[in-house]
Amino acid sequence: MYEIIEGFLEAIRLIVMLDPDVMAISARSIIISFTATIFATLIAVPLGAAINLGTFPGKKSLINLIQTLYALPTVIVGLLIFLLLSRAGPFGFLRLLFTPTAMIIAQTVLILPIMTGLTISALSGVDPVIKDTLRSLGATRLQFLVNVMKEARFAILATVAVGFGRAISEVGAAILVGGNIMASSFRSSTRVLTTAISLETSMGNIPKSIALGIILLVIALGVNLVITTIQHR
Amino acid sequence: MRRRTLFVAAAFMVAFMLICGCIGTAPSDTPAAAEKQQLRIATTTSLYDTKLLDRLSAMFEEEYDAEVLIISAGTGKAIEYGQRGDVDVLMVHDRAREDAFLADGYGINRRVFAYNYFIVVGPESDPAGIKGMEPEEAFTVIREKGMAGDADVVFVSRGDASGTHSKEQAIWKAAGFNYSSDIQGSGDWYQEAGTGMGATLMMANEKQAYTLSDIGTYLAYKGDLTLVPLVDEGDVLLNVYSVMQINPEKYPDINSAIAKDWINFMISDDVQDVIASFGVDEYGQPLFYAARDGWEKIGVPQAEVKDPVL
Repeated sequence: MYEIIEGFLEAIRLIVMLDPDVMAISARSIIISFTATIFATLIAVPLGAAINLGTFPGKKSLINLIQTLYALPTVIVGLLIFLLLSRAGPFGFLRLLFTPTAMIIAQTVLILPIMTGLTISALSGVDPVIKDTLRSLGATRLQFLVNVMKEARFAILATVAVGFGRAISEVGAAILVGGNIMASSFRSSTRVLTTAISLETSMGNIPKSIALGIILLVIALGVNLVITTIQHR
Repeated sequence: MRRRTLFVAAAFMVAFMLICGCIGTAPSDTPAAAEKQQLRIATTTSLYDTKLLDRLSAMFEEEYDAEVLIISAGTGKAIEYGQRGDVDVLMVHDRAREDAFLADGYGINRRVFAYNYFIVVGPESDPAGIKGMEPEEAFTVIREKGMAGDADVVFVSRGDASGTHSKEQAIWKAAGFNYSSDIQGSGDWYQEAGTGMGATLMMANEKQAYTLSDIGTYLAYKGDLTLVPLVDEGDVLLNVYSVMQINPEKYPDINSAIAKDWINFMISDDVQDVIASFGVDEYGQPLFYAARDGWEKIGVPQAEVKDPVL
């Protein structure tokens, strides 16, 4: 018990004093996961819209498949990206393994299914009366899409927040493709909140783990707050 | 009201990101840093967990104006990364697997830079009573008591194909056991951690179990542990660290020039002095011995500790 309290106090000190190490790790986490979320949004929202508004055979099965992939295990994504980016693998010539870019790729892949699926649900949730009205008023495909998206904007924002939350809290892919490197330059390092917590705990460095854990929790809570606020509108 | 909550949350997040961003990136993220030569090293966890590599990489970065990226993974994984061409240099401690790696043409220019010894650590109460035994005998007794159902006798293995795990298997073999049939899965007494040395020590400490550790990591973690060294003598316990580069003929985009710089740096007099004295201030004894003076003891040709690679 003493260890936890002591660790907690030291953690508060690290945060309040803006410990450079802790801040760098937090910043890196946010930048990597934020970038991944932007990429995933750019792919998932149009994709989700196309699937939702389109009619084609196998649509139901495709949606089922996407929903199954919500639970895509992070280490499986990590393994897949590792094998693709390793120099012995097909994209080895890019030399991306063990870089923040590799982590962004992995996290993008990881959150694509859930963001696509939630976009589909968001668009399905739009009042059918609005859709019928748009059609009866003779809206073009684009006008229809724009207006439906507008109706669903809060749900889509919530989707983005869910994607970010999943990206920043995952550890499996980050450690496999990032390598948990702490280099002297910010750009080359791949240590993020989750992998740092894992390492620091295994090294018995409890206060630092707690400090990093508090920051991760604060970020997660912030994201959640955004989601619930949006959903209550 | 809702709008305000959302606004506050958003403002808070943005402020937090800015603070992290400024503090986190400001000191080091200069454009020049990104253009530096990069050296990627896959290392056994013991060199990382003891912070020896932190010290050496800082020296190297200053001297060669390069950036060192360290992936701490254990010897098995490090060799795997090497085989796939994902790193430039390996720092490992498993002579037999290194030989195979070199023979297969994946690695070249091996040099031995340090050595120390493995120890068997366990709870002070020593429920199996192995204190002072030869390593093979101690392992035999631990297995016997464990198999007999003495719940206090537990052995935590690295279980991660690391150099230490190899050494452990070698000791079981020397004691006359077949590792996969007599040891692995033979009972609750034998538990595989599947993690690095520091983490395994922490786990053995929680379980008050026996484990095999290199002396360096044990000393570096001693402050957090109640485990004590019980077996520390025996030829089989010698632990030899070497460094080698990945063969550029296998992977042409390996950074061979800087890999050679690193190897020569490791056997240089300056670094050998640092290795010999590393940890003495803090732990009262060195964590590693410099290979420079001990090649006969290690049983390797003098060229392997002295001759720079070209």
